[in-house]
Amino acid sequence: MAKRIDISGLNVYYGSFKAVEDIGMTVEPRSVTALIGPSGCGKSTFLRTLNRMHEVIPGARAEGKVLIDDEDIYAPGLDPVAVRRMVGMVFQRPNPFPTMTIYDNVVAGIKLQGRRRKSELDGVVERTLKSANLWGEVKDRLAKPGASLSGGQQQRLCIARAIAVEPQVLLMDEPCSALDPISTLAIEDLIRQLKERYTIVIVTHNMQQAARVSDRTAFFNIAATGKPGRLIEMGDTHKIFSNPDERATEDYISGRFG
Amino acid sequence: MSTVVQAEPSRLMMSRSRLPRWALPLLGVLTVAGTAALFALTPLRGTADFVLIALPTYLLLQTIVVARVEGGRQARNRLATHALTLTFVVSLVPLVAVLGYTLTQGMRRFGLSFLTHSMRNVAESDPYGGAYHAIIGTLEQVGIAFAFAVPLGILVAIYLVEYGSGRPFARTVSFFVDVMTGLPSIVAGLFIYALWILTLGFRYSGFAGALALTLLMLPTVVRSTEEMLRLVPHGLREASLALGVRRWRTILRIVLPTAMAGIVTGVMLAIARIVGETAPLVLTVFGTNSINNDPFNGAQSALPLYIYSEAGQPNDTAIDRAWAAALTLILIVMLLNLAARLLAWWRTPKSSH
Amino acid sequence: MSQPRTPPNGARDELSMGPAVVAGRRPRGAVWDALFAGLTRTAAGLVLVLMAAIAAFLVLRAVPALRKDTVNFFTATQWSPDDTPPAFGIGALAYGTVVTSTLALLMAVPVAVGVALYLTHIAPRRLAQPMAYLVDLLAAVPSVVYGLWGLIFLVPAIGPFSAFLSERFGWIPFFASDGIFGKSMFTASVVLAIMVLPIIAAISREVFRQVPADHIEAAYALGATRWEMMRTAVLPYGRPGVISATVLGFGRALGETIAVALVLSANYQITYRILTPGGNTIAANIANTYGEAGHNGRGALIASGLVLFAITLVVNLVARSVVARRKDLSGAQG
Ligand SMILES: Nc1ncnc2c1ncn2[C@@H]1O[C@H](COP(=O)(O)OP(=O)(O)OP(=O)(O)O)[C@@H](O)[C@H]1O
Ligand SMILES: [Mg+2]
Repeated sequence: MAKRIDISGLNVYYGSFKAVEDIGMTVEPRSVTALIGPSGCGKSTFLRTLNRMHEVIPGARAEGKVLIDDEDIYAPGLDPVAVRRMVGMVFQRPNPFPTMTIYDNVVAGIKLQGRRRKSELDGVVERTLKSANLWGEVKDRLAKPGASLSGGQQQRLCIARAIAVEPQVLLMDEPCSALDPISTLAIEDLIRQLKERYTIVIVTHNMQQAARVSDRTAFFNIAATGKPGRLIEMGDTHKIFSNPDERATEDYISGRFG
Repeated sequence: MSTVVQAEPSRLMMSRSRLPRWALPLLGVLTVAGTAALFALTPLRGTADFVLIALPTYLLLQTIVVARVEGGRQARNRLATHALTLTFVVSLVPLVAVLGYTLTQGMRRFGLSFLTHSMRNVAESDPYGGAYHAIIGTLEQVGIAFAFAVPLGILVAIYLVEYGSGRPFARTVSFFVDVMTGLPSIVAGLFIYALWILTLGFRYSGFAGALALTLLMLPTVVRSTEEMLRLVPHGLREASLALGVRRWRTILRIVLPTAMAGIVTGVMLAIARIVGETAPLVLTVFGTNSINNDPFNGAQSALPLYIYSEAGQPNDTAIDRAWAAALTLILIVMLLNLAARLLAWWRTPKSSH
Repeated sequence: MSQPRTPPNGARDELSMGPAVVAGRRPRGAVWDALFAGLTRTAAGLVLVLMAAIAAFLVLRAVPALRKDTVNFFTATQWSPDDTPPAFGIGALAYGTVVTSTLALLMAVPVAVGVALYLTHIAPRRLAQPMAYLVDLLAAVPSVVYGLWGLIFLVPAIGPFSAFLSERFGWIPFFASDGIFGKSMFTASVVLAIMVLPIIAAISREVFRQVPADHIEAAYALGATRWEMMRTAVLPYGRPGVISATVLGFGRALGETIAVALVLSANYQITYRILTPGGNTIAANIANTYGEAGHNGRGALIASGLVLFAITLVVNLVARSVVARRKDLSGAQG
């Protein structure tokens, strides 16, 4: 299931503005990799290039190599939709489809991708909602609108929706920043369980969260506004948080940043 | 901020004396009594005259009194407040007059027989005959226009919002949609006449009228749909795309359903607008007294055409029929409007964030 | 691109698909994406085609009639396109169109702006919405119903009022008359005023509502009364919006056909006596004379329609540019 991601020489541009520069890193399978760094240093930008979601933004383009288990996801002729089916994404704000029920939200990806096997859907819903630690809370109201859930439940619903299409990589962009502490802990539990099966990359502004859930941590920084973001340092989370090689990393983590 | 109020702070702080609360009502009563006395003593008569005399008198007296006691600025403020309130009342006068008149005049002939009979073999002076043929015509013409304008308008709006944003081509299209919004309905009729009838050689028909109505409906549908599509949060599109759903499916299955209530509201208002269009139909549908169920062949009638032609007759019986048809038309338009507003109110996208 | 893989058992089986799913799968769905995008682009292009066709076919049909015209089309006032030789011009029609629409604006704009001010800053909060809906309802009444009402109710009702104006103010040339009133340009402009009132009121209401709260509070903080606040904060901010609303209303009034056709007793004279029967507009003339027009007459009517189209086009462009300038302005201030 889970896959390794190798990134090398990655530059991303918005029009003529270079947002991130020369990123190279390896993301290990069955692990959680945290991306940290100050606002605007290009974490989201970088994350979106891992499933080619940046192509949705007019003028955005990436150059460089992203290999997922040795397959170049930017190979010419390759369909970005196929990449996104393999690399799922969870966003900062919970965004269940407002016109759909909880049930339909979970299977939305499967249905809208054009795979229809009605008989299997019930099983998929139960399995994924269980994986998302949401089954117990919603099993009696699957026909209710997705928007009727609490924020934390909505976010777990969105995670369920993302894993229902059986991706191999899961990207999460600040998945807890719109949530209360209890919901945050629930999601963190979920992330720890999911890493058994998926390669997970998570962006977070919360140092404790990075320390709690991730196995490896990458620190991004920008020299100044208007300059591209760069990868400063990457390593085991334990090492980054206790004994980083770079001064900038230490400053950022200990809050002496800026 | 560049706009500066020329206030006199010192005078404001002094909080000048205010009129007691009973003063202005008393003034009102006095004015009415005075005017009544005037009407009793002089040959002045009539409600309208009464209002026309009492109201300005009251405003004048009130301004003087307030100016004396509370100062000129307060007096101007009160005068302005009253004058603005008055403009609102004035604006309602035509509404009440038109609707009230249509209702009372229309009820004389309105009824089942009016709705189920045509004008075939009915002389203008006959006290019967109805608008059945016109209702059929209107339903068919508007139905065809709907079938053209709604899908086309939604597709154009989808292009403008989902594909074209920022591109010169989209800006050009958007500009001409605006131009189309301002197209006089008679010009739309002339165009279809010049194209469909003069150049292509077709006959007058309900369909030709529907083409003209399509031109009038299209920009309204585009604009309202565009507005609704822009209200759909960007995150929903991204969520769907990130699931590996293709763009066209994302648009049709996620974006459109989310915006649907607003789109339906806009479409209903667009229909309400074209149901009453007369001018383009004069040139393209022509009008007839008989039932013609076939919108593709020969002259048809339509409610607005029917009103127009009956209104031009010198007989009171014809005028009564015109009012009954006007009532029918207004009922249709008001129902559409009401339904649209209710739907909009009912299903306003209540933000879940 | 790494070696292509054929999908096992067709593309259905994606749920259980193993690794290497990415490369090599021919994106069948991508074709649909392209088709759908092409469809919407074609629809958008159709708008341009339609507008071009409108201009083209009107010109195509107008030119032959204009060729045969023996008088200056733009200045002549008579309308005899089916005579031999044909002689027709839009002088009187254009004059009547502009005069009735302008008069309508003179009546409608102050009321509309007053209504908008009342609804945004004076009316009780809870009632403002339904009250605004009432004003909007005016726009929902079909124009032919206004025409009917104007013909049956307003024309007789306005007679005494016109008589009063002409008796008292007859020394002003506009109000001079020979004692017959009713189906006059004045009546037509009253009907037009009622019809454009809701349009102008709705747009003005929208711009008055958008006046930034800090402008209003700043005025109040300086001790302004409500009226002074409106004059110093609301009206200056809303002015460009009101102007463009007025221009849009003008465009609407210019093109109104049936209501005017019903309340005017048409002739082809240029007169400044707005209270006496007579006058005509381009649009009303088309509706009134279309039925009896011969071949050349219809070409002539199309030519007049082309002029109407051009005028409304210019008017709408002006309205748009005012709005656009306002955006620049508020951006600079903001
Ligand atoms: N759609 C866009 N168009 C143009 N520039 C963009 C766009 N999105 C982001 N940027 C720019 O790219 C840079 C990186 O932005 P990005 O959102 O990736 O930062 P981030 O690290 O995720 O910040 P945060 O922690 O605040 O989410 C910023 O300078 C930003 O202004
Ligand atoms: Mg970010």
